[in-house]
Amino acid sequence: MKIIKNIGLVIFLIGLAIFTALPILGTFNLNDSNFQKIVTDQNIKSEIFINDIQTNIVDKDFNGMQSISPIISKAIDNANETHTRNKEWDKKIYSKSSDMAASIGKKSANGFIANNKGLMWLLTFGLGIIGALMFILPNVILLGKKGIKNDGIYHESGTNRGWIGWMVFIFLVSFYLVLYFASEYATNWTLLVDPISEFLSGNPAGHWFVYGFMYCTVMTVMAVRMYIKYRHNIYQVFRTTSVLFFQIVFAFIIPEIMVRLQMPYYDFKNAFPLDYDFFFQWNLDSLIETGGIGIFILVWGIVLTLVIVPIMVYFFGKRWYCSWVCGCGGLAETLGDPYRQHSDKSLFAWKVERYLVHGVLVFVIVMTAMTLYSFFSDTGTVLGIKTSTVQSIYSLVIGSIFAGVIGTGFYPIFGNRVWCRFGCPLAAYLGFVQRFKSKFRITTNGGQCISCGNCSTYCEMGIDVRAYAQKGENIVRSSCVGCGVCSAVCPRGVLKLENGPEDGRINPTEILLGNDVDLMDLINQK
Amino acid sequence: MDHIVIIGNGISGVTLARHIRKLSDKKITIISAETDYFFSRTALMYVYMGHMKFEHTQPYENWFWKKNRIELLKAYVKDVDTDHKVLQLADGEHLNYDKLIIATGSKPNKFGWPGQDLNGVMGMYHKRDLDNLEAYAPNNKVCNRAVIVGGGLIGIELAEMLNSRKIPVTFLVRENSFWNGVLPEGESQMLNNHIKNHHIDLRLGVNLKEIKSDENGRVKSVIIEETGEELACNVVGLTAGVTPNIDFLKSSKIKLGRGVKVNRFLETNIPDVYAIGDCAEQHEPIGNRRPIEAVWYTGRMMGETLAQTICGNRLEYKPGHWFNSAKFLDIEYQTYGWVFGVRGRPEYEKHFHWKHHKEDICITVAFHKDTNEFLGINTFGIRMRHEIFDKWLTEKRDVDYVVSYLKDANFDPEFYKAYENDILKQYNDTFNTNLTAHKKSWKRIFSKA
Repeated sequence: MKIIKNIGLVIFLIGLAIFTALPILGTFNLNDSNFQKIVTDQNIKSEIFINDIQTNIVDKDFNGMQSISPIISKAIDNANETHTRNKEWDKKIYSKSSDMAASIGKKSANGFIANNKGLMWLLTFGLGIIGALMFILPNVILLGKKGIKNDGIYHESGTNRGWIGWMVFIFLVSFYLVLYFASEYATNWTLLVDPISEFLSGNPAGHWFVYGFMYCTVMTVMAVRMYIKYRHNIYQVFRTTSVLFFQIVFAFIIPEIMVRLQMPYYDFKNAFPLDYDFFFQWNLDSLIETGGIGIFILVWGIVLTLVIVPIMVYFFGKRWYCSWVCGCGGLAETLGDPYRQHSDKSLFAWKVERYLVHGVLVFVIVMTAMTLYSFFSDTGTVLGIKTSTVQSIYSLVIGSIFAGVIGTGFYPIFGNRVWCRFGCPLAAYLGFVQRFKSKFRITTNGGQCISCGNCSTYCEMGIDVRAYAQKGENIVRSSCVGCGVCSAVCPRGVLKLENGPEDGRINPTEILLGNDVDLMDLINQK
Repeated sequence: MDHIVIIGNGISGVTLARHIRKLSDKKITIISAETDYFFSRTALMYVYMGHMKFEHTQPYENWFWKKNRIELLKAYVKDVDTDHKVLQLADGEHLNYDKLIIATGSKPNKFGWPGQDLNGVMGMYHKRDLDNLEAYAPNNKVCNRAVIVGGGLIGIELAEMLNSRKIPVTFLVRENSFWNGVLPEGESQMLNNHIKNHHIDLRLGVNLKEIKSDENGRVKSVIIEETGEELACNVVGLTAGVTPNIDFLKSSKIKLGRGVKVNRFLETNIPDVYAIGDCAEQHEPIGNRRPIEAVWYTGRMMGETLAQTICGNRLEYKPGHWFNSAKFLDIEYQTYGWVFGVRGRPEYEKHFHWKHHKEDICITVAFHKDTNEFLGINTFGIRMRHEIFDKWLTEKRDVDYVVSYLKDANFDPEFYKAYENDILKQYNDTFNTNLTAHKKSWKRIFSKA
């Protein structure tokens, strides 16, 4: 069994190595007709740029994206400099150089990788999946009898912020940087999944399709790990199945099929304000333009946030969204599960959390208010501040850096819920409902707590669960996503997630059950 | 201002300190020779197993003590002079007190076995035991086999710890079935099997004769009394119960038995000196309880109670209904009220036992054979609600009521398979009754006794 695991690890690493090398490999040659297509598609009017590309790129052979990308970037800068000087605003190129490089790269890839997409898929995703499963599946036997299996978590480099943890950190951060800020380097990755994308939506894959496909793949493989690790805990099994279903069907397949059917790309479960650009002008325009289905999406998006989300949180707590439905939560609960113990439980971290997460909520509300004001009054500025500037700042700082680079990249260092805990404005909103008007609580079982600290250690949201349990007090916290792991790891059966009457949900306690009844009455009913 | 000095920073002493602080402005000092800060002793096993780091076993952050003006003193008390109300510390310093609380807990039993003080022989109680184990049994290369002597709760935990590092374990248990002094037979049998299924070499009905040393004063092997068999091993865990940790009081005027003798108010024979937790010994046992209760929960309760007395509301220690919990490898155990094993079972106590046909899940309900009054329940692999059983015990419900309303008491996580119907069916078959199961009711759960 150990041997199978090790072979699996090697296979996985080979797949990962090939995948990691792809961004700088591959041959590219752009022919003129493809370039003309790009010029028409993107409505490029700058003859300086067109000439530049025709002289320096068209019909030339390139090795690796790193040899083309700088030329394109320079061509855009050159052209824009001249156009700005001449005040030829309509000729100026507004798309980012990495987007331009990505679209040129996509059209010009021609070597081995482009001609052997299936094989290359197998050598990357294929090996990765097979290797990972060979690594994971033997645990059915190796983990022994069912029960909590956390042995050695703090002895192993990968899960104890050792060198493996840091390598994972570097890999994840780099991956997100490429995805958000240098998407042209994802060109080869997009080739691998072109057949799948064409099958689903009819279009070739872009880097976001790569991300979506990878997301689903990683979640599925790591869900297998969850199923094995928590096979005694049916709550975890159901929950894992639910997040997996919503990710694959709602976040991945349905939007692609909608594109095929000429409908807007939309993830029906992605609620505003997590879906922060829902009210952006371009989105509203596109929804309204589509008519029927577009209007339905518009209404659904508003009803989801204002009605469905809070009502569901009232009955079930925010867990129904954060750890049963949400994509960010889904990744955190599968890929991130080995890192859940790294969340900071200090009071200081809790303070930072409250400032940050509520700060982001305020930010998104102000931005959306500005956006809607601009939309209805047809002005670009509110009180002298450009709406589009605020939107770009949010998209960059919160949408990309916080949610992506930090949110996922920092899994091995700060735990798997960094974004959900410190940044997600939807989580902050649901948190208010959960804290003040909900039936959900984690019940503490009388006086049974022995203060061991397993619950706090494995709380991914950094809640000091023990602080409540050892006082015999129920845990009612706005940040709790109801993953159920505190209850699972408790050795004494002290914690239970449940939805019950609101009366008695919050029960401050000084003297725990089991002591003198008179003393309990004397102290607790003060 | 009164100076309250507490010797021992375990759950009893710390609970006491916290409650005194809530109630008063008195000066509080906690003395410990073991660690700088309070930690949960019950969690030491998880540090060795790699579930947690030692810092995770500390329930309060380090700033907590200063903020609550609880002074922590790392020192060893050598002598207590109650006439002058002064403590003599091992480093030569003195400390005056106005009120003294002894909360020094326990130490592992040693029964005079030859070789019991060799290197590689240890209990599993103190922080230093954990450090010792880490040194002597870091992996199965350094430690090829460990022998555990004594089949109690600490013994099974130590076995689980060593098992987590794949160190072969031989587990010597004096009784002919694991923990059957406390547990009824069916449960004890189930645990025997469970232990063996974890590849632990469980030897029942055997005693330790001696521990043999190699030329460096390290454990080499143990000899079993009954068979004379010699087992080669590198580590010996002594887990045959604990005894109050009070040797430093022998020269004082405080009256000692096995523990520090206290009355119902947790007062010793000397005014202004109290004892709580594992080291306190009641003159007369309370109900079915033992005179010395070495249990986390009772230590906490004594702390809660004594804080009242010290702050002017003299209060008797009157614990409520007995409860306890433990975990045997993968099986969680809870108990509410009294369920006796063979030893000490009253003649009126009758049992109803249900066991899952395949899984390691079972319950035993104890009741009075004449009145049918519910006396207590043991549950293995099913979590139960403390409040409900506490209430049923107070209300003196009969056993029919308990098995009919068992769904109210279930505390397993959501979606777990429930066994109340199976349990009730077997109950009906056994006692020729025709009871029907009642659905879970939040109203009943929240109603007070």
